[in-house]
Amino acid sequence: MALVLAPTDPLDAWFSDLDEVARRSPGFFGGRAIIVDLSAIRLSKAELKKLVGSLHERDIRVMGIEGADPAMLDLGMPPSVNGGRPAGAIEAPNATTAPVPPPAPAKTLLVETSVRSGQSILHADGDVTIVGSVASGAEVVAGGSIHIYGTLRGRAIAGCTGDARARIFCSKFEAELISIDGLYKTADDLGPAFRGLAVQVNLDGDSIILKTFD
Amino acid sequence: MAKVLVVTSGKGGVGKTTSTAALGAALARSGDKVVVVDFDVGLRNLDLVMGAERRVVFDLINVVQGDAKLAQALIRDKRLENLSILPASQTRDKDALTDEGVARVLADLREKFDWVICDSPAGIERGATLAMRHADLAVVVTNPEVSSVRDSDRIIGLLDSKTEKAERGERMEKHLLLTRYDPGRAERGEMLKTEDILEILSIPLLGIIPESEEVLKASNVGAPVTLNNPDSAPGRAYFDAARRLKGETVEMSIPSDRKSLLGKIFGRRAA
Repeated sequence: MALVLAPTDPLDAWFSDLDEVARRSPGFFGGRAIIVDLSAIRLSKAELKKLVGSLHERDIRVMGIEGADPAMLDLGMPPSVNGGRPAGAIEAPNATTAPVPPPAPAKTLLVETSVRSGQSILHADGDVTIVGSVASGAEVVAGGSIHIYGTLRGRAIAGCTGDARARIFCSKFEAELISIDGLYKTADDLGPAFRGLAVQVNLDGDSIILKTFD
Repeated sequence: MAKVLVVTSGKGGVGKTTSTAALGAALARSGDKVVVVDFDVGLRNLDLVMGAERRVVFDLINVVQGDAKLAQALIRDKRLENLSILPASQTRDKDALTDEGVARVLADLREKFDWVICDSPAGIERGATLAMRHADLAVVVTNPEVSSVRDSDRIIGLLDSKTEKAERGERMEKHLLLTRYDPGRAERGEMLKTEDILEILSIPLLGIIPESEEVLKASNVGAPVTLNNPDSAPGRAYFDAARRLKGETVEMSIPSDRKSLLGKIFGRRAA
């Protein structure tokens, strides 16, 4: 599945919105197949190059461009796409356009810092590994499992896209809320039994099961 | 008839959240149904002071955006069953609050409770203006120092111009709550005098809350000071303020914690 970005005028404002999304959810764009839809704006060839460059600086890799004249896309640029299929403005008999590369496989998002209060890590396509702690008031949302090598004080929401086999692992458990596949428990429901311990959480039917590693 | 009360100040750190929790608990103690609503989206604290942080699942933003029902987000206090809290979100920002959404949530809360107490964020930006916008009356929390008084003056101006009540041409009821008041320092002239503050702000005085370690003690155990130690000086002062809010006439006094005999003798150092 590819994510479509549709830049709008003025571009500066659009980029600051984009940066805001990236700041709130670090890793949101990482490893995703991104297609840029240019139907809302008119750009010269140089401006388009600059736009792709600016996205690249933000670690956003553009896999294809939709709504642009193929004449504007030379060899150094991402290929043109239209509804997932390569398309040209005029059907020239020997025009060859590169096919859209397949979307990147689901992979783990590695976060090498602590997640501060108010930050939200969202990674719907796989596991999240945090080399650090998750503070009270922070949340980690993953399509797969969540691995936290520090203390979990905030919220961990695993299997958010419907994966009941997802698990939550942490070196020290002080969570405010844990959830797997939409089922959740608050710290108050869990009581003090597992506080401060190394814990793994999994789902057994409709019950959330906590186990220590000892 | 339900009343929506906003606790606001302009300046940060003057005691809005403490006062929201303490007044909410005091009003609930008197038998009224009370909800305290945290409007400080992104920097929520009311849940901690109320001791509800381990039970938060949904929050104000979820309800405003229609992701959760109001009943799912309300947390009932464990000590007083007629006291509830609606927490703020820590991971979102204030732009997620919409005027229509807030109006709808407050209208729903009005039907369920006697008092809806909104804990405003500091500042005069979106969160603060939305918290005060639909209020019937305001408690302006002020410390006896010049910067706090000036910021309160600014907020009073906003209360008189940017609220629904003001726009309808009605008068917003405003009360001054003087917090962190130190009688000793006031006597030595190291703090603004109450009369001077009242003259500058010219709104009626709701109460004077003395500076006390009981306030810090209470927030550290996650309880409003009016529940944790109702007989302490700040506890009594908040109970008096709550009675005044309900329309009772209570003589204005500054409660103090009993000092030891030595403290009384050597209470003041000669100038």
